Amino acid sequence: MRSIDELDWGTPAVSDATLVTLEIDGFSVSVPAGTSVMRAAAVAGISVPKLCATDSLEPFGSCRLCLVQIEGKLGFPASCTTSATSGMRVTTQNARLAGLRRNVMELYISDHPLDCLTCPANGHCELQDMAGAVGLREVRYGFEGANHLAVVKDESNPYFSFDPSKCIVCSRCVRACDEVQGTFALTIAGRGFDAHVSAGNDQSFLASDCVSCGACVQACPTATLIEKSIIEQGQPDASIVTTCAYCGVGCSFRAEIKGAEVVRMVPNSDGHANHGHSCVKGRFAFGYATHPDRIRTPMVRDSIQEPWREVPWDEAITFAAKRLQKIQAQHGRGAIGGITSSRCTNEETYLVQKLVRAAFHNNNVDTCARVCHSPTGYGLKQTLGESAGTQAFDSVMHANVIMIIGANPTDAHPVFASQIIQRLRSGARLIVIDPRRTDLVRMPHVAADFHLKLRPGTNVALINAIAHVVVSENLIDHAFIAERCESGTFEKWRDFVIEPQHAPEQSENITGVPAAQVRAAARLYASGGNAAIYYGLGVTEHSQGSTMVMGIANLALSTGNLGRQGVGVNPLRGQNNVQGSCDMGAFPHELPGYRHVSDGATRASFEAAWGVTLDDEPGLRIPNMLEAALDGSFRGLYIQGEDIAQSDPDTEHVTAALEAMECIIVQDLFLNETAKFAHVFFPGSSFLEKDGTFTNTERRISRVRRVMQPLGGKADWEVTLMLAKALGYPMEYRHPAEIMDEIARLTPTFSGVSYSRLDEQGSIQWPCNVRAPDGTQTLHEQTFTRGLGRFVVTPYVPSHERTNDKYPLILTTGRILSQYNVGAQTRRTRNIAWYAEDLLEIHSHDAETRGVIDGDWVGVKSRAGETVLRARISDSVQPGVVYTTFHFPESGANVITTEHSDWATNCPEYKVTAVQIVKVTQPSAWQQRHSRLDRTQKKLLNEREPLRS
Amino acid sequence: MNIERLVEMANDIAANQAADRPSAVVLIAQHLRRFWEPRMRKQIIDHLHNGGAGLGDEARAAVALLADPIHNQK
Repeated sequence: MRSIDELDWGTPAVSDATLVTLEIDGFSVSVPAGTSVMRAAAVAGISVPKLCATDSLEPFGSCRLCLVQIEGKLGFPASCTTSATSGMRVTTQNARLAGLRRNVMELYISDHPLDCLTCPANGHCELQDMAGAVGLREVRYGFEGANHLAVVKDESNPYFSFDPSKCIVCSRCVRACDEVQGTFALTIAGRGFDAHVSAGNDQSFLASDCVSCGACVQACPTATLIEKSIIEQGQPDASIVTTCAYCGVGCSFRAEIKGAEVVRMVPNSDGHANHGHSCVKGRFAFGYATHPDRIRTPMVRDSIQEPWREVPWDEAITFAAKRLQKIQAQHGRGAIGGITSSRCTNEETYLVQKLVRAAFHNNNVDTCARVCHSPTGYGLKQTLGESAGTQAFDSVMHANVIMIIGANPTDAHPVFASQIIQRLRSGARLIVIDPRRTDLVRMPHVAADFHLKLRPGTNVALINAIAHVVVSENLIDHAFIAERCESGTFEKWRDFVIEPQHAPEQSENITGVPAAQVRAAARLYASGGNAAIYYGLGVTEHSQGSTMVMGIANLALSTGNLGRQGVGVNPLRGQNNVQGSCDMGAFPHELPGYRHVSDGATRASFEAAWGVTLDDEPGLRIPNMLEAALDGSFRGLYIQGEDIAQSDPDTEHVTAALEAMECIIVQDLFLNETAKFAHVFFPGSSFLEKDGTFTNTERRISRVRRVMQPLGGKADWEVTLMLAKALGYPMEYRHPAEIMDEIARLTPTFSGVSYSRLDEQGSIQWPCNVRAPDGTQTLHEQTFTRGLGRFVVTPYVPSHERTNDKYPLILTTGRILSQYNVGAQTRRTRNIAWYAEDLLEIHSHDAETRGVIDGDWVGVKSRAGETVLRARISDSVQPGVVYTTFHFPESGANVITTEHSDWATNCPEYKVTAVQIVKVTQPSAWQQRHSRLDRTQKKLLNEREPLRS
Repeated sequence: MNIERLVEMANDIAANQAADRPSAVVLIAQHLRRFWEPRMRKQIIDHLHNGGAGLGDEARAAVALLADPIHNQK
């Protein structure tokens, strides 16, 4: 069932500059050439009955309900598959057509349950609507003949039900799976009367390849595929457009509600990032917002050994402010800081950095981008001048060659992955650079031309080898370099990469990638037409993350693959507002808009607006804060929306630092791992309770609109305001729109952004200012943000993490489709049906030599620590490499990751940890300690002193 | 802060910028100046004055430059 508030135009829009004019039922209408007669009729305000057509899918012409008559043409063509042409005269309604349509409907209804009043789709069922539209009054065949009414439902999927008895075999679900999602999990099995929708090979939906994106449910015209939330709660009666709070794609959704209750989330067909598509997280996994674990009342305690005490907001704020002030009085103004999160809105993040700079009087503010894409900010700023991806998602449809480095879009950015898959199936070539065989390497109708399966930690050696081929075989774009790049830096870089040690034949020993593959992939990238690079945390979360980002930019510069559609350098940001949190100045060295704190003119503009003197020295990054906590010079931390005790590396180091601090303030939805070390807990708001904006990985700013009231009684931005006021720095805003207005006044790239413009346009890609009043789809079109593109020499420096006899394997970490980041949200949803624990993927060769079989408990030991995970034998990883995720706190994946980090930004080296694997029978010592801590802290929570009324 | 960790970080910065001759030492010092919080800079400078154990040649030269008020430009 499509969104209750969206019109269905029947067939997809066509973009063609040529218009054709035709007459439908006597009305003249002009539409782009190639538009279907059905859509042209809809444009003219005429609704043609239909069942198998919907505007998100290519026309199919199977239901025969949309028949029309066209003057001069024989028969009754289907209006969905017939293109409108100039001068065409169409009749959509007459007695003959009505008779034919009634006959068709009569056949459908003869094998359909007549339970409309108790059907969950009642009132929003297209079959029911069409029966009414064609005037069906009887079914002459009766209902006693052979039918499908007793076919058993498939309830295996946690979020939707499949009731074959209501199926009209229109194939909309099958086509949605093929055309929109690209998984090919569904098919029509059988022929004639036996024809039926089959998940996989007549498997249950849960057991099939279905990824639960919801496209089939949205496409279904009946209640055959329908959300269980609608079955349980009834139909929604209103919708609010908002933005998903999961990955960096930033899908637009319609939150469909009934009163204050969210019934379902439906992807917005007008969504500029997702074009009406979704994934299992955004579409279905929103139940955490009302989970019983939500903490709804502020709490305080003097020490982490004490039970929590519920207090009113003002008391909690005063408690926190006094503690922070006391620390600063005793240990200096640099002894406290703040951490904000990519799960927060731009406005919230802006306020946290303002609080730290204006009320804490220092620059000790950081964001979780520190541990994911900070190298992107550094590397792209150095080379191109702007700390952001260059393209819009739609640009990929113009790419001839797609290079994906260290990213797994089908799991981590699934909606954009569907767009990539569409482009690949229409002819683009694919290069994957990844230690693991990701789904995109080979899937139905997609096969990578090259999978460069490198050893973890050797990215820079590989990018230099690719560059060596480009230079030595003269595949460079001389004209682009001469016109667009900085003189001197190219020559320096060229002379560097041409050195013999960078030849693929030499670096093969380092990377493990055969030289011939590297050469062929480099030739394809450099000479295959428009070449676009998409990269993820497999690039950034390394000791040379920043170097690799610059290596990627060098490659794009040298081949002229920047500044137009179909090319570019595109980071795929892990969380929904990574881009935004960086834009908003949540880094200790940068004010909003990526301007260094030492820049006097920028600082002066903020000082004038904020009425304070700002520190001109860089502050502490998250890992520096933790180090400083251990030496006693950093003692207080305000954390909004982050869970560093689970997400950051070397867990025992993190928790020791947290324990060493005097005042930890956590503002979050749940008592997360970090909150177990906290002294103050402010109840945070889920995205459904927020008003603000998120900025996705394509620099697209989208509105987040409040769907329900904050369960804790205060919006997150209001909490920051209260804390600032208690610290003697009142900030006056009545609504987040006013915060955005201030951001726009003070940040040149945002000067044209406002809530009214966002409401008008739907979304805006920054820069949005006088020069680009509607925003900017593609960066660096005429010149680079820094003027001329700059090549940077990128030496390969091996990681400190080395394998040896004691630690012979390399562990690399990542994400899975159904879970998100630390799992605080998705673990509290039915998504655990797909993934209920972190698993260790190990190659059969490595498993065999250790006597490990699938499902065994194995100890994973590194120089930092040890944990125990269940093994999964997999050939996705190469021998010598093991892989796990970090979605479950008890897994302790980050107990094993080390303190090593990117040289430029301190982004942790999550992707390279030397480990040993042994078969074990009990949890690790850390897990046993964690279990005790967890039990104790939950007890202290459960025994909290209730709020006195 | 843990001085071994700061030394490793300084050496990593140096290793990644050493190829950018002849300005490598200046670039390393600039990096430390722009991205390291003052107490970290002070600690690494103090460490250099105490012998600078563990610092590589380029890192050592860069920290020396960082300590020199004439070159200590933001």
